[in-house]
Amino acid sequence: MAGEVRVAINADADLVDARAEGRAMAERLGFPRPDPTLIATAISEVARNIVVHVGRGEILLRPIEETNRFGLVVIARDEGAGIRDLEGALREEYSGRGGLGLGLSGARRLMDEFEIESTADTGTTVTMKKWRPRDELARLREERRRRE
Amino acid sequence: MSVAILQQGDYLIASIQSDLNDKQVLELREELADLVGKSRVRGIVIDVAALDVIDSFVARSLRSIVQTAKLRGAETVIVGIQPDVAIAMVQFRLNLGQLRVTLDLDEALALLDRLTRRDAGDGR
Repeated sequence: MAGEVRVAINADADLVDARAEGRAMAERLGFPRPDPTLIATAISEVARNIVVHVGRGEILLRPIEETNRFGLVVIARDEGAGIRDLEGALREEYSGRGGLGLGLSGARRLMDEFEIESTADTGTTVTMKKWRPRDELARLREERRRRE
Repeated sequence: MSVAILQQGDYLIASIQSDLNDKQVLELREELADLVGKSRVRGIVIDVAALDVIDSFVARSLRSIVQTAKLRGAETVIVGIQPDVAIAMVQFRLNLGQLRVTLDLDEALALLDRLTRRDAGDGR
């Protein structure tokens, strides 16, 4: 897909790249402050989950467009053994190895949408979205241009 | 080098120069714990202005650095948290515990002066 960025996550050093790519894309898309920092922080948490619990996986960053808003999707994917207690993993007090609970629940608070799918066969996929309303003037200009 | 550490009188000033990976954060804790003994310092300032992201791991590591230094006899002050990073930390609900934080280096040094003088005064 156009504009998609993939960052392979194999070691904690890859988190630095994933954060930087996420911030760069958020700024490119026109997210206002402090959103690029919130997005980079959420990416850091889900990427760290991959490193700590599975060892390898990937982060996909993807722009999304709708009529009245634009957004950024972060997909964190691994093929590990899955998270057995998903509800528990999202509770704050849950402290799995490396403090899973705080990381995931914190990432959820930083983003607008947060979904997690996890099975023992296919691993874990976290999908997070951040939205911003499109600038109304820019949208009207674009519509007029399309009509002309 | 990702962290520049220099000594000024009784204090160590550790300036983080760029975004750190996890390993570098842990190395910083060990290096500071060693240096407190070797250099006989009573206070540490950690400048985090270069950090674009403070996530749960970095926050936990900073707390751990503070506690480790304390057991080695030194107080620690964190300085220069970026405004956007501060907003992210609050929204994340990161627990800062007993971190002492100031806006700039001068304030950090003044705070250390107060902290270490009191400690020397009544022995608590």
